[in-house]
Amino acid sequence: MKSIQATMAGTVLQVMVSEGDRVESGQDVVLLESMKMEVPVQAEEGGTVSAVKVEVGSFVSDGDILIELDD
Amino acid sequence: MKIQKLLIANRGEIARRIIRTCRERGIRTVAVHSEADKGLPFVREADEAVLIGPPPVARSYLNADAILKAAADTGADAVHPGYGLLSENADFARKVKEAGLTFVGPAPEVIARMGDKVTARRTMEEAGVPVVPGTEDLRDPEEAVREAVKIGWPVMMKASAGGGGIGMQVLRGEEELKKAFPSAQGRAKAYFGDDTLFMERFIESPRHVEVQVFADHRGKTVHLFERECSVQRRNQKVVEESPSPSIRPGTRESLCKAAVRAAKAVGYTGAGTVEFLVDPEENFYFLEMNTRLQVEHPVTEMVTGLDLVALQLDVAEGKDLALDQDQIRMTGHALEYRVYAEDPERFLPSPGTLEAFSPPEGEGIRVDAGVEAGSQVAPYYDPMIAKCIVHADSREQALARSRKALAAFEVSGIKSNLPLLINILDQPEFIRGRYDTTLLTKPLQFDKR
Repeated sequence: MKSIQATMAGTVLQVMVSEGDRVESGQDVVLLESMKMEVPVQAEEGGTVSAVKVEVGSFVSDGDILIELDD
Repeated sequence: MKIQKLLIANRGEIARRIIRTCRERGIRTVAVHSEADKGLPFVREADEAVLIGPPPVARSYLNADAILKAAADTGADAVHPGYGLLSENADFARKVKEAGLTFVGPAPEVIARMGDKVTARRTMEEAGVPVVPGTEDLRDPEEAVREAVKIGWPVMMKASAGGGGIGMQVLRGEEELKKAFPSAQGRAKAYFGDDTLFMERFIESPRHVEVQVFADHRGKTVHLFERECSVQRRNQKVVEESPSPSIRPGTRESLCKAAVRAAKAVGYTGAGTVEFLVDPEENFYFLEMNTRLQVEHPVTEMVTGLDLVALQLDVAEGKDLALDQDQIRMTGHALEYRVYAEDPERFLPSPGTLEAFSPPEGEGIRVDAGVEAGSQVAPYYDPMIAKCIVHADSREQALARSRKALAAFEVSGIKSNLPLLINILDQPEFIRGRYDTTLLTKPLQFDKR
């Protein structure tokens, strides 16, 4: 199983995918906000979303799993 | 009227900076703070502290009513807004005045006039201050294209109500502009509550040079020379220095005169900064006027020996400026390095707990910090945690002193941009003092030692 991790600590501003969605490599999946800056997190590889581990307003740390993907 | 008790409507290093001058003058201070900031030094160092709300700025540092209530409850007679947050909010300045308090800053009408970029441009043009060729407010993409052809490609699109580099976009052709227009409107609406856009000609490889001005209530207006602010990432400043290493003496004189003219044109009072873009041929253009104290004001303090907060308080108390232009002298060279809680390579924020925080000390070194070892660097606020300011007789000596100072600056527990700052000191363009705002957009040459 593959996962998409947070690239920085911050608050989840937007979750752009839902369970069952197909994502492509490079696609924005979650929008994080920290210190007045919005940073989109992208899928490094393609796959199907098997679980969304965060919701809008969640606080995440650098490296936390945001999304799990199946091939 | 003498200020007896000052409420500081800000946080972090600038709140501490203001407290320092107040102590010297015997003014009591009131800090206001969010729940996230209760452990920070500025809360402890103020004579009184009032909790004004939860961490998000909208519910604490931008909550004008909570701040004014804190002023009333503590009996403060004046409000210093610092920089950022409510400092350039004309409604806040007006509310402070209506509450019978002294606002440390210009009149609300002046803040409003300079806050609206299109009005500011027009005012400057009328005062004979050069502005970048640009447009009035734009109605739709078709009008934007017609105007872009008139002022010349490439163009920079901006939000009329914007600031801080947010939402600015360079557009090089018709298709690109038409595509970008609706999303730029959406962003302007989301960030600034106003979707009005305008455009200016994009100046390629510009330098960003600003002039510090001061004016009293009788209209006496002086300048405190310029600051070179071209080391930027994401349109935000990283290193500033004074004097500018790259402009000719004649350009410096013209810039400073234009800045004084700009301040006079709007009936300015207090501390203000007029920002200019300077092109490779040293043509310069008015960019905007910041109607508050700047983050980088210590650079000017180091070369002039003046306390800018003290001057602000003098003007706020209705005193005349005691300084004449020819008494303001520049001695040596100063640089300021902004220490950000961020990854030095990806420029991404890095909030967390500071395990170690040990700033350098020594002759010609000043560190204005908002934090200390053990502080929480919260994700809700600006990533700047400290400013390291270095002064010496010459730029070369100041750079040598800077290398030692930054190498000795210890920060751990979070990522900081200190490695980037040290690396900037190794860049040939920076060492020569021939750099522009594109410096950090290119791959940096890495240290070969």
